[in-house]
Amino acid sequence: MARGKRGTPEVNASSMADIAFLLLIFFLVTTTIASDKGLTLRLPPKRPPDALDEVKLKDRNVFNVLVNSNNQLLVEEELMDVKRIKEEAKKFIMNNGRDEKSSESPDKAVISLKHDRGTKYEVYISVMDELKKAYNELRAEYMGITVAEYLDMENEEKKSKNPKLEEAKLKIPYQLSEAEPTNVGGN
Amino acid sequence: MAKFVKKPKATPAISTASLPDIVFMLLFFFMVTTVLRETTLKITNKVPRASQLQKLEKKSLVSFIYVGKPKETNVYGTEPRIQVNDVLIAPRDIPRFVFQEKDNLDEAERDKLTISLKVDVETKMGIVSDVKQQLREADALKINYSCVQAVSKD
Repeated sequence: MARGKRGTPEVNASSMADIAFLLLIFFLVTTTIASDKGLTLRLPPKRPPDALDEVKLKDRNVFNVLVNSNNQLLVEEELMDVKRIKEEAKKFIMNNGRDEKSSESPDKAVISLKHDRGTKYEVYISVMDELKKAYNELRAEYMGITVAEYLDMENEEKKSKNPKLEEAKLKIPYQLSEAEPTNVGGN
Repeated sequence: MAKFVKKPKATPAISTASLPDIVFMLLFFFMVTTVLRETTLKITNKVPRASQLQKLEKKSLVSFIYVGKPKETNVYGTEPRIQVNDVLIAPRDIPRFVFQEKDNLDEAERDKLTISLKVDVETKMGIVSDVKQQLREADALKINYSCVQAVSKD
C-alpha cells in the first residue's frame, strides 16, 4: 500500500518555546516565595475564675512601657523615642542591683508593656521588635556571637537543641508582661 | 567574468532547539515553588516590618488570621475586620475557628498549633487585643505577628 509508506508528519515544535514562555511568565508573576516569619509570642493562659491574687513584683524589677493612643511612648515615666527604648531596656536588664531603682538581676527583670486600644499596630510591633532586640543583643553578647548569628541559631533550635543557647535563655529570660489595654482612643 | 567573488559566509544561526528544554526547566521550578494563595483576601493586608524575626516551621501547624480594612467598603464598612479562610468574622467566632483548626490536626500535635496574625499596619490595637483575648479563651497560646524583614540600620 502506498499510503502506509508516508509515515506520520512531524509535529512542528517551533511554537513550543512560546507556549512554555507564556506558562513560565504566568508562574513568575503569580509566585510568592513562601516566607512566613514574624515575632513569636506566647500568650498567658486563660485566667480561671477562682484565680489567686496577682503576683506582686518589686517595683524596681518592673520596666514600664506605655504606649498611648497618640503613639507616644512613656518609658519609666519618661517620654521617649522608639529608637532609645532598646538601650534603656538593656541598661535595665543588666543592672544587677547597681542602681537602686533598676532591676536586681536579669532573671528578675520583667518588662511590662501596656498599650491603648487606639495605638497603631505598626508602633506596637516596632516597640515589641526593639524589646526583643534588646534581649537578643544581650543574649548574643553573653554567648559571644553577633545578633545575626544568634537569630540563625534560634531558628535552627527547633531541629537540634543547643546547650549554649539554653543557658543564655536561662540566664537572660525574655519576660514580657502585657497589661490589659486602656481604652482612650479606641472604639 | 571568470572571477568569482566569494561571498562572505553568513554566520551560522544559533540552534534554538534546546530553548524549549531550558524554558521548561525554569517553568517546572516555578511550578513547584509556587504557592497559590489559598484564601482570597477581602481586606487590605500589608504587614509591618521588623528585624528580630523567627521562622515558622511546619506549615501544617500554622493557621492564619487576617485583620485589616475591608476592600469593599460599601459592603463591609471602613472599620478593620477579621478574616479567616474566606469569610469575615466577629471576634467571638474565633474560638470556633481555632477548634476547627485543632480538629484537623493529629491529636498529638493539637497543642502545637501556632496562630499567625497577619495584621495590616494601619490597624489600631483595639481589634488586635480582642483577637488575642479570644485566642486565650480558645487556649491557642502560641501566636506569631507576621512581619517582613526590615533592613537593619546598624
